[in-house]
Formats: sequence, structure tokens, C-alpha cells
Amino acid sequence: MKSTSRVTWQSVFTAVMYGFMYFPIIVLAVYSFNASRFSANWEGFSLKWYRSLFSDTRIFLALKDSLTIAFVAVGVSAVFGTMMAIGLARYRFRGKGLYRGMAYLPLIIPDIAIAVATLVFLASMAIPLSLWTIIAAHMVFCLAYIAVVVSSRLQSLDPNLEEAALDLGATPFQAMVRVLLPQLGPGILAGCLLAFVLSMDDLLISSFTAGGGANPLPIEIFSRVRTGVKPDINALSVVLILGSALLASLAEYLRYRNEKRRIEQK
Amino acid sequence: MASPPVKVTGAWSRLMGWLSRQSWGQQWVGGLVLLGPAGLWLLLLLVIPTFLILEISLVPGLRLGEPSSGYGLGNYLQMLQPIYLKVIWRSLQFALGSTLVCLVLGFPVAYWLALMSPKKWRNLLLVAFILPLWTSSLLRAYAWTTILRSTGVLNTILGFLHLPSQQWLHSPVAVLIGLTYSFLPYMVLILYASLEKLDTRLLEAAADLGATPQQTFWKITVPQTLPGIAAGCLLVFITTLSDFVVPTLLGGASSMNIARLIYNQFLGPTRAWGFGSALSMVLILAVSLAIALLLKYGDRSSMAETSQ
Repeated sequence: MKSTSRVTWQSVFTAVMYGFMYFPIIVLAVYSFNASRFSANWEGFSLKWYRSLFSDTRIFLALKDSLTIAFVAVGVSAVFGTMMAIGLARYRFRGKGLYRGMAYLPLIIPDIAIAVATLVFLASMAIPLSLWTIIAAHMVFCLAYIAVVVSSRLQSLDPNLEEAALDLGATPFQAMVRVLLPQLGPGILAGCLLAFVLSMDDLLISSFTAGGGANPLPIEIFSRVRTGVKPDINALSVVLILGSALLASLAEYLRYRNEKRRIEQK
Repeated sequence: MASPPVKVTGAWSRLMGWLSRQSWGQQWVGGLVLLGPAGLWLLLLLVIPTFLILEISLVPGLRLGEPSSGYGLGNYLQMLQPIYLKVIWRSLQFALGSTLVCLVLGFPVAYWLALMSPKKWRNLLLVAFILPLWTSSLLRAYAWTTILRSTGVLNTILGFLHLPSQQWLHSPVAVLIGLTYSFLPYMVLILYASLEKLDTRLLEAAADLGATPQQTFWKITVPQTLPGIAAGCLLVFITTLSDFVVPTLLGGASSMNIARLIYNQFLGPTRAWGFGSALSMVLILAVSLAIALLLKYGDRSSMAETSQ
């Protein structure tokens, strides 16, 4: 629908929807500075919830657990997920469809089902639950997401560069490491960012596979907010949301810069 | 084939060297090295466990710590009890309801973004709408508890406008609002990818031939974007059907859905792992069905773009 006026019902509706999307976040931000504990009324500006947040050891330990899980799971998955993506793009073999289906499975099966399956498996193998079982479980979906993102990046690469390297005397291994991987860099990074965010945000799989005192941040937050509104969680939410927004902007900036570079190279 | 530049010694290295000089060995070793580790991990921690819960679901009344008592369909039959059927039905209602609302709310937004927004800002505007997806879904659901509780922001605003206050927290309404909020960006993203590819000349031609905007919309825009609509709806349906966080934080006892029910079987006092596994299998089945429909009717290229 063309319209010469800038103010169409679609643009007004869209503006309202943007408001809808950011309204809860703004509410959290505003109330994180509200001096009152229980009331919804504004009772003065206060930083006390942020102060109590920064002196909350449980939160920091939980954050430490979550970061450990995320960095280890994403780090290992980055290597093997990228290798899987390269392997899938390169080789043809019987049962490839089945393998590929397996690689997509974590994206398809609901979180709760993955959590149940992992717990049942660990219990049947009598593997005690710990921080490491959480990492092991997270690696499953991290592998899948990184592989998907790297795969889509692989498709848009120029295969001639690697061939040229081979013609110039490089071994396939050298060609892969020196030519392909640098090209894949942005894709790997994007996949890692996505996997990182998913790992930090995961509640169900962590809940089912946590043990031995491991207490990732989502579990800590969940146990606190189940019983009602907690003002210090408002402050934590603002901090975490700002962090995610930063990561998202970084990811988007990288993607944008990459698109520009690709277009300029053509 | 160039020989490895690094000097190697030892039987293993000699074997690897010999293998890599065979044309088939190169293939075989390379493939195994690249695809092996990830494949093994997925097999061990996802594929085998899924078969495991299938097996356990066929042990009626299995509880953690109790010995297995033979196979049967008891767990699945237990699901047919009215109390549990209601939970399954409620999950479907939540999923269908929120999918519909997401579609109705998301289509105009996607339309404006794809076809009417200033081209210079288009990408930035889209990212701005999607940004909340990167934040924790737990925190977003928590934010709605702040808004919807009886002394929350909503009632403060309503009170200001002299409207009656609402008790929406811990009711199905709150769950619907929460689910819609959480997954609206997905719908917008997929619809956007589909609408972006719409040939605007068709719309111009329709207008030239005298069609009203409504006619153009229903006879051209919608049919052209139907695969995108199908993809968006199926994706949102799949994710809302199995969501746990929103129904738990925003719903009350009357909003028990399938994910919460499964959670209670494993992490609650009943420890009914057999029943929980059966419920999980049913959920996997429902989602697989939706995915099959998605692959058949959905817009694959929009989905592919969305994954980036």
C-alpha cells in the first residue's frame, strides 16, 4: 500500500508495537531505581538495589557458574561445531541425511524434552550431576547452533580461494587453516555469540542436569522470582539486559561490517 | 599431493602419512576427523537419550529408584485421564491463541518494516525490534509479573484512568500476554523475510487496475506471503507449545501446561519418570508433526535467512 503521507495506520501501529516490546524493559529499569520495596508507586530515586546487588555473593557465584559453563561449552563447541559444518559441506557419504538430521535435532526438539532426555541418560549411566554435566548438556545445542550459522556462512564463500591455495602447493590441512578458517571467522564468531546467549539464558536444561552445588544464574533468579517480585532482581535484570543488548549490537555490527566488506569486494 | 612439510617420526605418524597419501585415505580420515567428534557427542547425549526416554515411557508407573516392572502402555493411558487431558488441551489452546495474536499483531509491523519504512533505517529498525530476543526470556517474563500483579504498573495506570483494576497475574490472560510478547519478534522476523520478497509491482498493478487496498491485500499480498505466514505460525506454535518459563511465572494453578507437568514429574515430589517420559514423547511427536508441516508448507528461504 503506497501512501504519500508518513503517518499511516501501519506506522502508528508499528510504533505502538515498538512501545509494547520495550515497555516491560523500561518498567524494570524504572523500578530498579524505585526506593520503595513493594509499592508500585514511585517513592524516590535510590541506588540501594544496585548496591545490594553488588554485595550479593550468591548472585556473583551464580554468575561465575553461568560464565564458566558458557565459555567452556561455547569454546569446545566452536571448534567441533565448525569442523562439523565444514565436514557437512565437503563430504558426501551414505547416511549423510541422517547425520544432518542429527545435527539439526537440538534445534527441533523442545528444551524440556532435551532436558528430560539428558537427565534420564545421566541417571541410567549413574553419572553424578555436577557443573560438568551442565557443560556437557549445553555443548549439545551449542554444537548445533554454531554448525547452523557456520554452514550458512560457508555457502556464501568463494571456493576458488581454497583451490588456488591447493594449486600453489598447500596441503588440504594448510588450505583449510590458512584460507578457509579466516574467511569463516565472522560466521564462527556470530555462532559463538548466539550459543553464548542461549547458554547464559538456559533454565530447563541446567535445572535438570545441575548437581554438586552448581548454581547457574537462571536457576538462582528463577528460585527467587517464583515467589514474587524482588526489587534486587529488577536491578540485576537491568544489568543483564544491558549486557545482552550490547552483545546483540556487537553481533549485528559484525554482520553489517561483513556484508559491507563482501559487497565491496565484488 | 604435496607431502607434509613437518618432519614426522614414529609408526603412528608413518601410518597417518601413508593414509593421507592415498586418495581414499585422505577422504576417509578427513571426514572422520571433521565429523566424528561432534557426531559422537550428539549421538551420545541426544540421540541415544531420546531412545532411552522412549523405552522408559513404556514402563508403566516407573518411579526413580524403583525397579523396572515390565513394559506396557500404562503411562500413555494415564495421560488420557481427564485431569491430564485438560493440561494437554490447555497447552494447545495457549499455543494456538498466542500464535494467532502474534500473527495479527506481527503482520502490520512486518509489512511496515518491509515495504513502508525508510530504506536507510530499515535494517536498524528491524534489529531494534528483534533486540529483546537477545535478552533473557526469564527476565522478560519476570518483567510482566511486575506489570500485571495486583499492585503492579498496569493497575496503577488503570487507576489513574479511573478504570477498574485487573487481577491478570496468575491467570490464562497473563500467560497469553507473556507468550505473545516473548515470541512476537520471531513472527515479525519471518514475515519480514517473506514480505521483503514481495514484488511491489504486483501491488502497483492491482492499484492501477482499480483494486481497493483491502482487495489488494487479500488477493495479492496474503497469497504471495502464505508460505511465510505458515512458517511463522508453525514456528511460534512449536515454541509456545513447549514453553515453560512464561506459564510458570505468569500462570497460576489453572494454567498448568505440558512443560510444567513434565517438569513436576522429574523435579517435583512425584518422581514419576515413566509418566514424564511419556509426556515428553508426546510433545516430541507433536513438535515433529508441526515441523513436518513446516517443511511442507512453510517458506524455507525465509527460515534460512532468519537463522542468521
